[in-house]
This record gives sequence, structure tokens and C-alpha cells, in this order.
Amino acid sequence: MQTSLIRKIIFDEKSRSLLVQTLVIGLFAVFIYLIVQQTAYNLEKRGISSGFDFLNMSAGYDISIRLIPFTSEDTHLRAYFVGLLNTLLIAICGCFLATILGFLVGIIRLSTNWLFRNIAYVYVEFTRNVPVLLQIILYYSILLHLPKTKQAIPIFENFFLSNRGLFSPSPIFKDGFSIVAWSFVLAIVFTFFLKKSLKKKQEVSGKQYPIFLINSAIIIFTPIFVYYIMGRPLDFELPVLKGFNFKGGMVIKPEFIGMLLGLSIYTAAFISETVRSGIISVSKGQREASQALGLKSNLVMRLIVIPQALRVIIPPLTSQYLNLTKNSSLGIAIGYADLVHGFGGISLNQTGRAIEIMLMVMLTYLTISLTISVFMNIYNKSVQFKGNA
Amino acid sequence: MPKSHDLYGFFSVLYRERYVYTASAYNYKEEIMTKIKSLFISLLLTLGVSSAIAGSHGSTLDVVKERGKLMCGSNTGLAGFGAPNDAGVWEGIDVDVCRAVAAAVFGDASKVEYIPLTSKVRFTVLQSGEVDMLSRNTTWTLSRDVDLGLEFVGVNYYDGQGFMVNKDLGVSSASELDGASVCIQVGTTTEMNLADYFKANGMSYESVPVETNSEADAAYLAGRCDIYTTDASGLYASRAGYPDPSAHMVLPEIISKEPLGPSVRHGDSEWGDIVRWSLNAMIIGEELGINSGNVDAMMTSNNPEVLRLLGAEPGYGAMLGLSDDWAANILSQVGNYSESFEKHIGPNTPINIQRGLNALYKDGGILYAPPFR
Repeated sequence: MQTSLIRKIIFDEKSRSLLVQTLVIGLFAVFIYLIVQQTAYNLEKRGISSGFDFLNMSAGYDISIRLIPFTSEDTHLRAYFVGLLNTLLIAICGCFLATILGFLVGIIRLSTNWLFRNIAYVYVEFTRNVPVLLQIILYYSILLHLPKTKQAIPIFENFFLSNRGLFSPSPIFKDGFSIVAWSFVLAIVFTFFLKKSLKKKQEVSGKQYPIFLINSAIIIFTPIFVYYIMGRPLDFELPVLKGFNFKGGMVIKPEFIGMLLGLSIYTAAFISETVRSGIISVSKGQREASQALGLKSNLVMRLIVIPQALRVIIPPLTSQYLNLTKNSSLGIAIGYADLVHGFGGISLNQTGRAIEIMLMVMLTYLTISLTISVFMNIYNKSVQFKGNA
Repeated sequence: MPKSHDLYGFFSVLYRERYVYTASAYNYKEEIMTKIKSLFISLLLTLGVSSAIAGSHGSTLDVVKERGKLMCGSNTGLAGFGAPNDAGVWEGIDVDVCRAVAAAVFGDASKVEYIPLTSKVRFTVLQSGEVDMLSRNTTWTLSRDVDLGLEFVGVNYYDGQGFMVNKDLGVSSASELDGASVCIQVGTTTEMNLADYFKANGMSYESVPVETNSEADAAYLAGRCDIYTTDASGLYASRAGYPDPSAHMVLPEIISKEPLGPSVRHGDSEWGDIVRWSLNAMIIGEELGINSGNVDAMMTSNNPEVLRLLGAEPGYGAMLGLSDDWAANILSQVGNYSESFEKHIGPNTPINIQRGLNALYKDGGILYAPPFR
């Protein structure tokens, strides 16, 4: 009986693999357990405090680049959220800019114009072969050598560019502005349905409507119209040079601009190659066939080439987004107050909770990256061939 | 880790078995069982042994002696306190503490390897045991002493946080700094003092965080910030390296107490004692008038404390686990506190700092070492 059980476990392929897998998982669990135990033991032995209680202690330092209010009396937990938002801000802005720039350059690289094509070529080869950290530092150093605050360059009267950033008027929303905002949302929803019905009409009658023009007009002019009806419920606070700095208005700091330029210019080079390969992957016959049917060249691109190219573009594009997001942790080099710089750097230093803080920061990046992956995978599915083919 | 041939053997047996096991299943079965057993035993052994190793620490003194040199966490470069000179040799009053410890342990002040550390990583590096001690203008505070697992063993420079501005700004007092941009090194006590000071005075500021002293200098000189704030000593040291030092002034306000001193890891008091008394020996040396030039002559002094310090009266070195001439080595190779101060940051150097608080207690300062007996 016993021998047959052992025999079954060892010589039956299914039970054996189950056994081996259980063993491996078990050993892994033991391994992790031992590491955790050992670390806790060593920390205690060296008299280093551990635990997450520090999150509720006041941070004691200030963060000047922030999306939510933060003072030195706020907690480390709030510093974490300030950093997280700054990381997300640079990641989203960076991905957005990199995508636009990448698509443009990718298309230009396929242009028939020798000059444009080669400028794009040089740009791609230069930026993607120089470490992104150096590029970030380069852009930041250039920004630092803009004129000082007192000699700031005025742009359109109310914008000022100096080595402390771009100062611009900030909007003050008065009563009734929410109605303007809602009219904007409604206009977008309306155009969505309008587009559908016009498409239907086009399919029935064959008559083409300038859908894009009509919809843009609706989206732009509805809020403007409502804005004037409501008696212009929007004011601007202008930046004024007072003492050491501009007071009032908004400011985009050089640290942010440096990061944004560095990350997006670097990543755009990779994206442009992805886009180029996607477009090349669509066979020439597709293009020629659509031209033979009499489609205009921009329609060929929009209706035939790009949808098929996207299937090739999306998966590598996802990894570029992930790269950009992770590279945003380089903000530490120029003092951009992202998650690694503020919470992962200053809080870590003030509290000494290296393991706890690094775990939190790593898990946060993991979560952000996985979220991006999930959404990009959903989008990827939506552009793939439909049906059973 | 288990030896690789164990794993290889284990899997190779499984692999072979797939094709031929009907022929002589029982032989293979036995072979597999032995393999599994040996694999298990070796795994358990390695895990057990490795955790035992990780759990034990030799005393720092033994580790240092065996290594043959002292690993000293120093500044990444702060003139007068800890920075390499033209020839690449580290110099400064913080560096001299490291040299004193090396002289005490090895009888040779040059047996030190300097590990430049930013203010942010310094504690983690010390905690993890990569350096034996830290001597890089680090402020002694309660939370660092208690919560970070460090032990401050003394103060080698009494400092306070100050502000440096360009004279063009026309500012003469820190109370006029409302709205200014301030360059500050991250991970320092100055960062928190700054927040407190501006808050207490109802002023606002923009913090421009930088990693190292040289980055701060660059940002300050480029005009990214109006003020550079750090320990006053650091401001003097930075200013000495500017293209036009006279264009910058340190404001009169000192907004904090910054006792700077060497530190070691918690839990090895014997090592802490050695570092503490190496520093004290320099201070006592100044008190007793012993300097690098007259150590030999003082060996025959009539003052019993001098004789105890220089090891002419034996026994004190052994208490620390060192040779009796440990302090004599410090004083002859590194010199006393005054020599170190005058050589690196005193009025005759570009850094030009007066003794002030850092004079001996009998000269109007607060430098005071416990008696050597």
C-alpha cells in the first residue's frame, strides 16, 4: 500500500510534478520567511527601530513642487501622496508628449523629403544612444542659465520666463463657472452621438459630411458662448515681481520642465522607431489598393495604414510607457520632488526606515506599471483583428 | 546554496527515467529517493549555516585590525572638513578624526580608506557596516542617536545653521528673506530647521532641494536660489571656493545648534570608546600643550596626566584594547585639536573661521574633554 503510494507519487507524471511544485513553493516560502526573520533580528540587534508608525509623524520638511497643499507639519504619509502625485504628473505628461513627438518623428522618418528624413534620423540616433540621466541634467542646466528673476523674459505680457521657471497667470473661478465646464462636457457627449448619426447617414446616402470640422466647432464654441452668457465668470491672477520672486499666478518649475523634456525627448526616439516599424509592417499592397479605390492620401493613412500599424505598435509602446514611468525616478538628480526624491529620500533619511519606505516605493511603482500594462492590454485587444481568424 | 551537481543529478535522473523506467523501475526509484534526501539535507544545512553567519558579528576593532585599514565615511567634498587636496589626499578636521583613530589602532594615521557619502545615504551605509565610523559634519540629535541605531561619540565642531546671500540682494538680516528661494541639501537637520524658522517668523519660501554641497554651490551661483543655507562652517567653506568670495555674505543670524561629531554603530561600545577617546586625546593634547612637534620631549614631563596620555605610565591603552602609545601616535602623526583646526579651517586658511565656540573651555570656548585618568 505504502510502496504503491510512493510509487504513484514518484512515477506518475502528474502527481510528481505536483509534488515538485509544492516543494518549490514551500522552499520559496521558507526562504522568504527566513529573510524576513533575519532582517527583523538584525535590525533589532543593531538598535534600529522599524515599523510603519512613522507614517503618522510630522515630516518636518517642505516640498515646493506639489499638487496638493503640504507644510512641514503634515505627516510622512501625506509626503508620500505628494510624491506619488508628482510621479504620476510627470509620467502622464511625459507619456503624452512622448507619444505625440514619437508619432511625428516616426512618420517624418518615412517622409520622401531628404532633409526632414535625415534630421529625424540624427535626432533618433543621438537621443536614444545617450543616457537619459545625462540628457535630463543637460536640459536642466540649460534652464538654470536662463535670465534671473529680475531680468525674466516677458512672453505675451503676462507670462515670464526665468531660471526659476515659467510664471503664468492663474485662473480664478467665480460663481457660474461650473456651468461653463458642464456645457463643455455636454458638448463632447453631444458630438459623440452626432458623429454616430452622421456616419449612419453617410453609409445610407453616400454623402460625406465634414464631421471633424462640425464637431470641433461645437466643442469650441459652446463653452465660449455659455461663458459670455454667464457674464464671464473667470478672472486671472497675474504674476507680479515682488521681492525675491514673482508672487501670484502659477509657476512651472525648471525641475519639472527639465524632467519633462528629458524623459519625453528620450522616449519619443524609441516610440518613433516603433511607429516606423509599425507603418512599414503594413504591406505596400494595402496602400496601393486603397489608392486605386480613389482614397485621398490622408484617408489612406487614417483608415487603412494606421489601424493596421497599431497592432504592431501597441505592445512595444506599452513598454516605452513603462520605461518612462520608471525613469521618472531620475528626478532625484535635479531635485524634482517625485516619490523617490521626497518620500523615498528625505523621509527615509529623517526616519531611517529604509526597508519599510523602499518596500512602499517599490510596490507603488509596481502598481503603477501594472495598471499601465492592464490598460494598454485592453487597448491592444481592441485594435487587434476581430473574429476567429 | 546546494551544490549544482546535486540539482543536476536530481533532474537528470528524472529525465532519464521518462524513457527507460519500465526496464528497472526500482533501481531508479531508490536513486531518486537518495537524491531527494541529499538535496534536502544540503538545502537545510546551507540555510541553517547562512542564518547563523548572518546573526553573528565580530567586534568592530577585530574586524578593522584584520582588514588592516579603517573604513571611514567622509563628506563628498567640503573644503577644510573633508575633501581630497590637489594630490588626491583627503584633508580636513573631520578627516583628522579618522586619521586619529587609525593612528590609535594601527600606529599609522594613513591606514584609512575614505568612503565619500552624501548626507542622504550616510546613516544607511554606517548601519549596514560598510564603514566603521562616520566623520562628516553630522549633527548630533536625539532621534539620530536613539532611533537610527547610531552612537555619537563626541563633538569635534560646534556649529550653527546660517544663511549665505549675494551682496547684490541688499539683504542684511534673515528676517528680510520672505518669499525667497532657498537651496538646501536634502536629508539634513538644516532642512527641518529651515522649515521651523520660516514658519516661526511667518515667512514663506521656495525650497530647492539638492543632493551635495557642490550641486548646491552650482544652483546658488546660477541664481536658481537667493539663499544657500547650511551649517555656517559649510557656508564659509563653500564661499572660499567661489569665483568672487567677497560678493557673498553670511547673514548674522544663526538659527540652530549643530554639534557636529563622529558617530559609530550602536551596540559596540568598545569601538565607540576608541573613537571617543581618539577625539578626546586630540583635545586633551591641546589642553596639555602637547603637539606633533614636542611629543617625544613631553615623554619626560613632570605632569602625571601627560605621562598617562602618552603611555609613559602604562596601562591605559590596554583598557581600550590598544597599545600604550596610542595617544602618542595620534598626537605625533595627526597633531592636537588646535593644530588640526589651524591647519584646515583657521584664520590663516582660505576658509578663515575663528575658534569662537570651538576654543577650549579655558580660552572662552566650550570645548571640554573629560579627564584622562
